[in-house]
Amino acid sequence: MGTTASQLGKDMLSEYQELTFLTKQEILLAHKRFTELLTKDEKDLPNNRVSMERILTLPELKSNPFRKRICNVFSTSEYKDGGLTFEDFLDLLSAFSDSATLEIKSHYAFRIFDFDDDGTLDCGDLEKLVNCLTGETDDTRLTPEEMRQLINNILEESDIDKDGTVNLSEFQHVISRSPDFVSSFKIVL
Amino acid sequence: MAYSVNISQTDSDSESDFEDMGGSKPGQGTFRFIRESAASTQRCPESLQMDDFRGCTGANREDLPFTASGHMRDETLDTGQRKSLQRHHWSAATLKVLSSMPSRTAGINAVIPKYARDSSQQPQTSSHDSSHHSKPIQEETSAEEKQLVSNLRGLSVSEAMRKLRATPLSLADKMRVRRLAFRDVDESSFISRNIPCYRRLGVYISRTWSHCLFICLSVLTSLQLWHSPMKILSGRFGTGVLSYFLFLRTLLLFNLFLFTINGLFLVFPQAVNPPPHDPHSNNFTGLELLTGTGYLSQSVMFYGFYTNTTLTTCRAANSNATNTADLPICDPHQPHMVPYSIPAAYLFTIAIAFFIICIILVMSKSFGRSFQVLKSNRDLAGNIFCIWDFKVSKNTSVRLQSEKISTQLKELMSELTSGEDAKSYTLRLCRLMVHVLAWVTCLISIVLSAMAVHYLSEACITQSPFKDTELVLPAVVSAINLLLPGLFNLCTWVENYDSPSVCVYVSIFRNLMLKVSIIGVLCFRWLGRIAVEPVNHGLQCWENCVGQELYRLLLMDFVFTVLYTFLGEFLWRLFFKQVLKRNRKPVFDIARNVLELIYGQTLTWLGVLFAPLLPAVQILKLFALFYMKKSSVLLNCQASRQPWRASQMTTLFVFLLFFPSYLGAAVSVIYTIWTIKPSTECGPFRNLTTMFHSGKLWVQQLESSNTLLFWLSKAYDFLVENPLFLFLVNGFFLIVIYVHSQVVDGQRRIVSQLQKQIENEGKDKKFLITNLQALYERSSLVSPNR
Repeated sequence: MGTTASQLGKDMLSEYQELTFLTKQEILLAHKRFTELLTKDEKDLPNNRVSMERILTLPELKSNPFRKRICNVFSTSEYKDGGLTFEDFLDLLSAFSDSATLEIKSHYAFRIFDFDDDGTLDCGDLEKLVNCLTGETDDTRLTPEEMRQLINNILEESDIDKDGTVNLSEFQHVISRSPDFVSSFKIVL
Repeated sequence: MAYSVNISQTDSDSESDFEDMGGSKPGQGTFRFIRESAASTQRCPESLQMDDFRGCTGANREDLPFTASGHMRDETLDTGQRKSLQRHHWSAATLKVLSSMPSRTAGINAVIPKYARDSSQQPQTSSHDSSHHSKPIQEETSAEEKQLVSNLRGLSVSEAMRKLRATPLSLADKMRVRRLAFRDVDESSFISRNIPCYRRLGVYISRTWSHCLFICLSVLTSLQLWHSPMKILSGRFGTGVLSYFLFLRTLLLFNLFLFTINGLFLVFPQAVNPPPHDPHSNNFTGLELLTGTGYLSQSVMFYGFYTNTTLTTCRAANSNATNTADLPICDPHQPHMVPYSIPAAYLFTIAIAFFIICIILVMSKSFGRSFQVLKSNRDLAGNIFCIWDFKVSKNTSVRLQSEKISTQLKELMSELTSGEDAKSYTLRLCRLMVHVLAWVTCLISIVLSAMAVHYLSEACITQSPFKDTELVLPAVVSAINLLLPGLFNLCTWVENYDSPSVCVYVSIFRNLMLKVSIIGVLCFRWLGRIAVEPVNHGLQCWENCVGQELYRLLLMDFVFTVLYTFLGEFLWRLFFKQVLKRNRKPVFDIARNVLELIYGQTLTWLGVLFAPLLPAVQILKLFALFYMKKSSVLLNCQASRQPWRASQMTTLFVFLLFFPSYLGAAVSVIYTIWTIKPSTECGPFRNLTTMFHSGKLWVQQLESSNTLLFWLSKAYDFLVENPLFLFLVNGFFLIVIYVHSQVVDGQRRIVSQLQKQIENEGKDKKFLITNLQALYERSSLVSPNR
């Protein structure tokens, strides 16, 4: 049946249920998938951290162009290596779940798109974002002129205080106008 | 020296519409936190600022990359380049101030300031500065957490938990905050606090009740029908194809609802007391399942089964009717069943079911909220941020999605840069001719098919009625519905529209025209010809006949869809592979399939008056359709290369479900109930002038038999029959609508004013930052050795 560390205690389960947007079945499924990533001796350790490479073997994240950013955003490790504990993994699933609020989703989306982690989306972040969206092959990438024009248009539309960057409030304002966001920002196990 | 910094602003009027502020209610909570956290951090940055200045002025002089004159040179460059140059060459001090600005630390994100300051410090400061500033950072994060904890303490437990769940902290932080906030409370169980015994029971009951409610809701949501097939589909094909299957599931739920209501109030009471059975038609052949005649026409399925009796378990003392002679006399002191009048039940069940469906459709989320979407024009930034579908997990699909996005962006950029190409006159004329020709072809084909259906139906009516040619009409209708959309697709392919969304809208419109015209012709056949002169056509029970025709149409539609899916898409794939030798599979045509679903649902709604169990047939059909379409899509189709605006399309489909489909069916049903004379020999409304008449009769019966319900009939007379009341109600609603529209206008104006205000504040900010930078540079030039 497994050791105690690989089974969730009942009060931990109810605490997770209260503090995240996941249902009980989703938490148990997440636990099952997470323990599958652990090696045999790691299963006995409490609160262990799975490295980013192993997390990225999950089929839901494997091909996602934002996978490394997602791991970095939700990781609470001091070394900033993107390793996730089980609680970080639950945070991830909760933010991407069906019932998460728009604010949570837009907050985490902002942090995922903020490639340099400086609290705003500036031109460099937007450029990396567009490159992630359009893929890695050369014929799908935009030319520098197209990229510059695109970034200018984005900033024109979303930068309300005209400081050249998109901060969190402006991002949330833009997101609130498009109803596609909540349905596309979802990962389900 | 005074620097005249000339910052030229780009005065751009924002093009997009703004939602009214009422829509941002969930955001107001965040805004309050923004204000609060801004207030709490405002104390700290000033001290930070001064320390930075003194600390950095001496240590980082070498990092000063810009001279004052170099800074002046930047003003001649364009805004974008100047902005980027400014950011890269700002000093460490300015960057630190910027990263602790309230707009960058908005929201309860005790984590972002830490990372922001760390990363802004890394490239430029020495270790001396980073250790110098680690202490204030830790003090600040705990200050924000203390703020959060004190806020949570002020709320009730459930409110606090909901708020805590919605704050973007990591799970470990949330658990710590929760422990701090509810430190006074025994954590193991919130119920075993020191509450007096007499209240404990009440608390326990309310807790169990909310627990039960929660379980019911979670059961309902986890009863998510077809959850894993849909996940597979969305992983491979994305949100577009998924929206078709979601729409199918929604229609299934509608039909389930209709079936439950009909079953409970109509079918079950009548099935328990069946009418006297006609003996000569009880041999059952398999073909009858398809045609709906014979054995089935006498069953509970169709209108003819229902009687115009009142079901009672006892009879009144003074009645001497023969049909209730064998029932015991009602004893007023003993409870007995309220007399259940089948005609009234029939009428009111159908009416109330339609009314509830109307309310569900109008109040549905995708209907109301996305009318704003329909209004807004190009929203590039919102598109970019929302465009990536995180559900897609298969590698090839991810690559395909990237290609799709890239194509879309390139098209958009080329549209913006080049504008409309100056096409030559002849080319434009040519294209116009092609468009006109295509439209004329489509319209002529629609008119021809409608006329064909009309003549066929007339021929069926005038010839020997309704025995041999039963299946011909449904087969012809289904064949037209199958083949003509192919012709429309060919026309759009020839026309070669520039924008893919215009292409989709045009094909939806043409398909819609076809289906509306065919259903219109059929309705004329039923209500205008068969219902009006039933005796001339030798019909005893015209409602049965109409119900059977709808049943046949529904089934034929299903049969043809099965044939098309298995043969059509499969053969198409083989054709592509063998003959054309290309590996390209056909694309799943979402618009056409959704319109087929809407067509089927319209038939169900039209038919529910004449065949109360028709929703059950539709349920079975939708079930089978789901599995069939799923396997067909997975085997035969590939994801489309065209981008699919999922939410706009879902809005459009729900709108189409409501406007032509539901409203058309509702209007036909109301017309039937109000004006058409029911047949005299069958059904619950025999010997009445109209079906509506039975409602009035029932009300009169209630008045005479049971004076307690007198008020109900009085209310009925007053409300439904009195035009003044309706006039007042309409006037009231019009006033409410007017007031709301004025409020929305006012809010729009406020929003645009606030927009300008924010722009001005942005200008202030840029001015201050450049002045700060200039000051710093000047002071470092003046005092190099400090």
